[in-house]
Amino acid sequence: MTDTISSGPGAPKPALRPSQRRGSRKATMTASLFIAPAAIAYAAFVLVPLGMSFYYSLLRWDGIGEARFHGLTNYITVLTDSDLLQIIGNAFQLVLYFTIIPVGLGLAVASAIRGQMAGRFGTVTRTVLFLPQVIPLVAAGIAWSWMFASTGLVNQTLKAIGLSSWARGWLGDFVWALPAVGIIGAWVLLGLCTMLLVTGITKIDTSLYEAARLDGARPWHEFRYITLPGLRQEIGVCITVTVIAALASFDIVYISTQGGPGITTTVPGLEIYRLAFAHRQVGLASALAIVLMVLVLISIAPVQWFTRDKK
Amino acid sequence: MRTAAPNTLVARGLIILLMIVTLLPFLSMLSAALAPQGTYPNGLQWPADPQWGNFVKAFEVAKMDQLLLSSALIVLGVVPVAVLIATMAGYGLAKLTTNKYKWLYLVFVFGLTLPFEAVITPLYYEVRALGLLNTRFAIILPLIGLYMPFGVYWMRAHFLNVPHDLTEAAQLDGATRWKEFVLVQVPLARPAIMSLTILLFLWTWNQFLLPVVLVQDPMQRTMAGALGAFQGQWGTDIPLLCAGSLLILTPTVVLFLIFQRQFVAALMQGAVKG
Repeated sequence: MTDTISSGPGAPKPALRPSQRRGSRKATMTASLFIAPAAIAYAAFVLVPLGMSFYYSLLRWDGIGEARFHGLTNYITVLTDSDLLQIIGNAFQLVLYFTIIPVGLGLAVASAIRGQMAGRFGTVTRTVLFLPQVIPLVAAGIAWSWMFASTGLVNQTLKAIGLSSWARGWLGDFVWALPAVGIIGAWVLLGLCTMLLVTGITKIDTSLYEAARLDGARPWHEFRYITLPGLRQEIGVCITVTVIAALASFDIVYISTQGGPGITTTVPGLEIYRLAFAHRQVGLASALAIVLMVLVLISIAPVQWFTRDKK
Repeated sequence: MRTAAPNTLVARGLIILLMIVTLLPFLSMLSAALAPQGTYPNGLQWPADPQWGNFVKAFEVAKMDQLLLSSALIVLGVVPVAVLIATMAGYGLAKLTTNKYKWLYLVFVFGLTLPFEAVITPLYYEVRALGLLNTRFAIILPLIGLYMPFGVYWMRAHFLNVPHDLTEAAQLDGATRWKEFVLVQVPLARPAIMSLTILLFLWTWNQFLLPVVLVQDPMQRTMAGALGAFQGQWGTDIPLLCAGSLLILTPTVVLFLIFQRQFVAALMQGAVKG
């Protein structure tokens, strides 16, 4: 506990000058005073609850009466119960919509427009595309419940173009409810991903494209060998944000479908809430919570690894 | 150089299409909000006789004035404290500690991907034990803690980029450190602090899970939490529901339009947190 004088960013400093060593204990004190408030808040409302989550997950407890030690039974239930597995699977299906639509469309726009987003057009675009990021997810849920309602705009459009047979109550449909929820998430995340990718592509050296064109590269090759590698970091960010949004979704589902019909749109976040506060199965809810946390970490880790800036 | 005129047209068309898709739900809500109450309006159809009074009715029914006050109180309870202690810790971790304490930073960063659902159950029992259930503090205190991973990560990243000679000027004792922090570092960090403030404001204002679980009375909740209760109560009256939802999302949208540049910058940088 001696050398706590600040060193260069990130890099360890080999030895301290004697003049620095003298005040080092004091410096430790000062540092801890600066860090303590945040550490206490974090410990009290994140680390301790997380520890409790883990502890509860080993119990059989209705939240009121006596708790009994239950071993890993709750985890076994989470990983074998067909309903819970379907619920976890729903979250991964949502990833398809939350991630692939925004990233795909974002890449298409970015590579087509390639950095020409200045001036008034750019400002208007940014403002409009960021609106879904500013409003509460709950509001997005309500807006889209109305869009997907039987008299809503989606059905109105289908009828107008002669596809009346397709019209349905989307969010109450056993097959279509989950894709519909996925579309809501895609709508929320679309603007953010597009703008990140459009901004990212302006940082790619344009001479790369010119050189490629001189060499007779096709547009597809430009995309594959210049755009994609150049945007690796931004794509990584988009995937990370959208995957977390999908796996940990709660607000949109709670508002638009309540998890139904049946459990076709129930996601882990909603099931944790239900198990803990409606069905009083605190232990099982906590086991699902821990599994959800681990699933998010496992899903994000490879994305981070692949897209990290390899300098 | 760029002979991409047709390409640009395609791109503009694509972007305009995206903008339309983004705006349609809002327009559809607006047209429904103006339909006569208790009717079943059509998806997007300007009503013959727009009922602007629906907004007045929704304002009264939702007790918007009380909701605004409640959300403002929660934001005021969370954001200044969270920004202050995150800035202090970011500075402490970036400038006052050696690599030996990297683990402390890693502990903070571990929380970055943590879904709030993973801790909501114990938070309920913790808040209840503190006797704070159904008060605004049930939302305020946990949110301050839950924002620490991002806040500390964000501010530490800023302070790491501050040139070193600013801090290494002298062997500073605690009091002078504090002075240096307040008089030199904080003013320099204004852009980072501003972005963090905007993000935390938005996240708090739009927070839904915590109010739903920890606070029964919608009048003690955030705007988003109250909107959930409003939907539960008026879900079948589409015009009123749409009017209420539009009202509830107006404050953030107005702020966003005023500070458009700062919001966009904050949201884009904020996303890069992963």
